[in-house]
Amino acid sequence: MDPALLLLYMLVFPGFLFLLGYAFFLQFVDRKVSARMQARVGPPLLQPFADFVKLLGKEVITPRGVDGKTFGAAPLLALAAVMTAFLYVPVIGGSPLAFEGDLILVLYLLTLPTIVLFLVGWLSRNVFAALGGVRAVTQLFIYEVPFYLVLLGPALAAGSWSVSSIVEWEASNLWFAALQPLGFVIALIGLQAKLERTPFDIPEAETEIVAGPWTELTGRRLALMRLTMDVSLVVGSALIAALFLGGPLLPWPVEPAWFGAAIGFLLFLAKTLGILLVLSTIKMAMGRIRIDQLNAFGWKYLASAAMIQVLAVLLLKGWSIP
Amino acid sequence: MAEVVVPIGPQHPALKEPVNFKVVADGEVIVRLELDVSYNHRGIEKAAEARDFVRVVPLLERVCGICSHSHTTVFVKGIEEAMKVDVPPRAQAIRTIVAELERMHSHLLWLGVAAHEIGFNTLFMWTWRDREAVQDMLEEITGNRVNYGINEVGGVRRDLKPAVINAALARLPLLEQRIATYADMASRERTMLMRFQGVGKLTKQQALDLGAVGPTARASGVDYDVRNDDPYLSYPDVPWKVVTDDHGDVFGRTLVRVGELREGLGIVRHCLENLPGGPITTKAPRAAPRAEVLSRYEAPRGELVHFIRTNNTDKVERLDIRTPTLANWTSVAVSLVGQNLADIPVIVAAIDPCLSCTSRITVVDREARRTRTMDWEELRAHGIRFYREKEGS
Repeated sequence: MDPALLLLYMLVFPGFLFLLGYAFFLQFVDRKVSARMQARVGPPLLQPFADFVKLLGKEVITPRGVDGKTFGAAPLLALAAVMTAFLYVPVIGGSPLAFEGDLILVLYLLTLPTIVLFLVGWLSRNVFAALGGVRAVTQLFIYEVPFYLVLLGPALAAGSWSVSSIVEWEASNLWFAALQPLGFVIALIGLQAKLERTPFDIPEAETEIVAGPWTELTGRRLALMRLTMDVSLVVGSALIAALFLGGPLLPWPVEPAWFGAAIGFLLFLAKTLGILLVLSTIKMAMGRIRIDQLNAFGWKYLASAAMIQVLAVLLLKGWSIP
Repeated sequence: MAEVVVPIGPQHPALKEPVNFKVVADGEVIVRLELDVSYNHRGIEKAAEARDFVRVVPLLERVCGICSHSHTTVFVKGIEEAMKVDVPPRAQAIRTIVAELERMHSHLLWLGVAAHEIGFNTLFMWTWRDREAVQDMLEEITGNRVNYGINEVGGVRRDLKPAVINAALARLPLLEQRIATYADMASRERTMLMRFQGVGKLTKQQALDLGAVGPTARASGVDYDVRNDDPYLSYPDVPWKVVTDDHGDVFGRTLVRVGELREGLGIVRHCLENLPGGPITTKAPRAAPRAEVLSRYEAPRGELVHFIRTNNTDKVERLDIRTPTLANWTSVAVSLVGQNLADIPVIVAAIDPCLSCTSRITVVDREARRTRTMDWEELRAHGIRFYREKEGS
């Protein structure tokens, strides 16, 4: 790819600029859909952006005894990590930056925000934030194992560790949502837990521990951390769309190339929005469970089911390739 | 994690009113807690001594925003008893209608709050939307949404016109349907069951020992309801039953309140359909003879007690208010121990605390980091000294 085009891909479309815009849009859709389900009116289209700008202008308060530089850098690190992850997820076709093993990189980068939240909670010198941080990391150990396992399922079946190659495999064969339905469901549950949305909003349970690790975040730090979660939502749903729903590729070739890219982009939008609708419905239909209940649920059922899924993939693959 | 002290309140998102718990937790499990009420002293009991029986009723209406009708009814009931005034049956029925509507809006509000405490905001939004139907009925009947201003010594201040009765009756079927939906949700929705069942256990013996009242006691199998045990208003004439439950946990308290929603709706419907004729008020004397009355009333949160001493004047000599929340606090302190940190909000909310009714004065010494409570004599002496120094006499 032409270096100038590559730069355009990274910075403008479908890279960072589009990503930020789409993150705000998904937040809007999430809030609007939730509001309608709760018989409320909901925010206007630009509300998420307005909230972001407003928070940027607010005073930044550093708690006494907290290292302001580390505290301020943490949200930036989280945001940078999830934005980088987006570059390897197919949006209008395979990613030009794809390499063998980028799936692992994306998963790793997607985990960073949770680690950062734990750090922020621990650094805050605030009992609610510390408790929330401990909860965040406990929750990480519960959902991350099944989430990783089921996302590796498509990679094992397609014989590639690159998201873009898995999408190509799906274009010539079948969607993994049909081949590995159990894995698809667990991936959705894992994403819900990763994004700390009800019923897994345990680390930031408002009525219990104020805002958990977020308690001492103010001004632009809070704005950036919220943006990180929105971007995580985009990357997470795009990743699941790519791994399980065939991403932006059609099973047959489309000419000319620009038309194919446009179709791919529309497919991307439709699939990520569909996933968001599922996540929002789960969020609205349930209350928050306790961390011990999540522990029992995660390790007893989710992890076992994920292992069964991976075992089934391995066995079937061994069967078909003698 | 080692033992940590988690301060809940006086300002906390789970609390709508100021109260303070110092919760000592070992990781996520609560070891013990210290309870500190009284951030919101308003001196209403004292103010009541300075107003005659006409002016004191609007004041008492403002003890609590949710059970405003409870406080006025229990007071006028006591004064009428002291004056030996017979209230016309139509007035009694109208008071009953408002009382049960108040119970319904309070319980709907509670259901929403309990759902919100476990992060189930959809139910919160839904119940509060349907609570509006009850509030609209109250507004049509009394003219107000919160402080109804319907009671006076000797009767009620507004009559029910046939149009209002028909409008209220027309609203009931939809409300009945919604209540059935919530009853269904409360007993079947999975996350609610996970968070409510077995949480905040209070045995029947504990409930009796700690003097728990209202839905908190009834959910532990204590069959105590002032409406039944010491009947007043129109309750003896209306078919209804006391709702009890044997679960003894937050789940049981939910079932009791949902059951009372149903019963309340039945009582309102019966009273509206069989409203007795006649006047709505009798002329009460201006002064009450010397008497001491203990007036009891089943408020939405439990037994509400007004102790009234009159002294041949048109003012009360002493008014003492014992709110149901005060009676229920100790049961919270017991049922919290050994529970999860995450369960504090829902256990506290399960007694439906109404804090500003409950507060007594507390002194906080910021230098010594101590708090203590002032008793009445001390407070009186302090007040006299304070104003003497201020006035410079």
